[in-house]
Amino acid sequence: MSDHLLIATRKGLFALERKRAGWDSRLIGFEGVAVTNVLRTDGVIYAALKHVHFGAKLHRSDDDGATWRELTAPAFPADAADAPSLFQIWTMETGGRTHLDRLWIGAIPAGLFRSDDRGETWQLVSSLWNVPERKRWFGGGYDAAGIHSISPDPRDEDRVFLAISCGGVWESRDAGDSWSVLGKGLFAPYVPPEQAEDSAIQDPHRVVRCASAPDVMWMQHHAGIYRSTDAGAHWTRLSPPTDDFGFAVAAHPRQAQIAWFVPAIKDEIRMPRDGALCVTRTDDGGQSWEVMRHGLPQRDAYDLIYRHGLEVDEAGERLAMGSTTGALWTSENGGRSWALVNAHLPPIYAVRFVGGLA
Amino acid sequence: MAEIHFTSHLRTLVTDGPLSAEGATVGEALAKVLAAQPHVRGYVLDDRGALRKHVCIFADGERLAHEGALGRRIGPDTKIYVMQALSGG
Repeated sequence: MSDHLLIATRKGLFALERKRAGWDSRLIGFEGVAVTNVLRTDGVIYAALKHVHFGAKLHRSDDDGATWRELTAPAFPADAADAPSLFQIWTMETGGRTHLDRLWIGAIPAGLFRSDDRGETWQLVSSLWNVPERKRWFGGGYDAAGIHSISPDPRDEDRVFLAISCGGVWESRDAGDSWSVLGKGLFAPYVPPEQAEDSAIQDPHRVVRCASAPDVMWMQHHAGIYRSTDAGAHWTRLSPPTDDFGFAVAAHPRQAQIAWFVPAIKDEIRMPRDGALCVTRTDDGGQSWEVMRHGLPQRDAYDLIYRHGLEVDEAGERLAMGSTTGALWTSENGGRSWALVNAHLPPIYAVRFVGGLA
Repeated sequence: MAEIHFTSHLRTLVTDGPLSAEGATVGEALAKVLAAQPHVRGYVLDDRGALRKHVCIFADGERLAHEGALGRRIGPDTKIYVMQALSGG
C-alpha cells in the first residue's frame, strides 16, 4: 500500500505520510498559490500552478519538495489557430515505462502538450488542436474546453487516450500525430435532442483505466456513469442506486470489475443528497453496487469531490478522497470505511498516491 | 528617464525597480525590459502577448484601462507600475 500522498490545493502543495497514529501532513510548496495538479515520477515531482494574476506555471522538485525550480510552462504557439492562451494546466501524466523522458499535459483551453525531455520544453500537439470537431467543443465549468484525463495504454504507450470537457473522448495510436474520436453510447441531455449522441460534444468529467486490463475504462460523465471494455470505443451506461452525477471516479488497478464513484445531486445542485456523503463501489462491472457511508458525514455535509479528488493506490485497497471544501479522507479497506484526515485544508484539486518521499 | 516598477509579488523574479523604461509607449518599454528578463514575460503577458487579465498598469498616476494599456504613450518622467489587479483576488 502507498504510504505517501501528494495533495494539490487552492493554497499550496501538501505531502502526507502514513504513520502509525494517522497521516502526518506538511506544506511542501507554493504557500498561498493554487496548485491545479501534481505528478511524481522517477523521483521528480512536477507541480502545476495557477496564479490568478500571473497565469499557469510549472515547477519541478528533484528532492521531494525541499527545493523547486521553475520550468517553462507549456504555451500555445503564436500561430495556433484561434489565438488561444493557456489558462490552466489541468492534468499531467507520464509517457509510460517505455518513454521515461516523455510527459503529457492536458490544459484549459483543450490543448494537449507533450514533452520529450522531462518537462524542460513543451510542444502543442497541433494535430489534436486542429481537428475539425474542435469547433464544436465548449467549456464545462470554464470558459473553454479542457483536457482532464490522459492515459497511455500500458501495452503500447504510443496509444494515448484522453477525455475532454466538453469535447468527448479521443485516441491516438501514434503518440499524438493523429487522432480519432471515440465514445459511442454516450448521451448528452444538455444539447438539442438531435445532437445528443454527437461524440464531439460529450462531457466526460473524468475517465480512468484499469491498469492491468487496459481495455476497461470507467467514466463519470456529466449525465451518468459509464463503462467501456474496448478502450473507449463503446460505452455502456450504468445504473447505480444513487445519483449518477459527480466528478471523480477511481478504477481498481488489478480488478477490471471494481470501481468507485462519489455521487452528488445532478447538475443544478452538485452536493451530497440530504447532506450525506457516500462513495459507491461495484465489484461486478456495474451490475450491482455497495453504497458506503461509514466514517463519512451523514448530515449537513456539502462536500463535492472534484475530478482529480479520488484516488486508489496501486494495491487497490487504500483510497484517498479530497473535497472542494477542504476535507480529506482515507480508507484502508476499499472504501468500506473512511477516516477523516483533516477538515480544514484549502479546497482540494487533486490527490495522488506516490512512492516513498524523502 | 521614464521608469518601470514591478509589484513586489514578483520580487523573486525581478527587482521591484525601478528599471529604466525606454520607448514611446508602455508596451515598447515593457518589451525592452522583458527582452532582458524573458522569464518574467509569462507573468505579465499571456501567450498572445496581451496584458494578463488580472495585471494592471499605472502610468503617470493613472490606472490604465486594460484594453489600451500597452499602447499608452509615455513621457520622460513617466513612472509605470505593473501591479497585480485586485480583480483577481
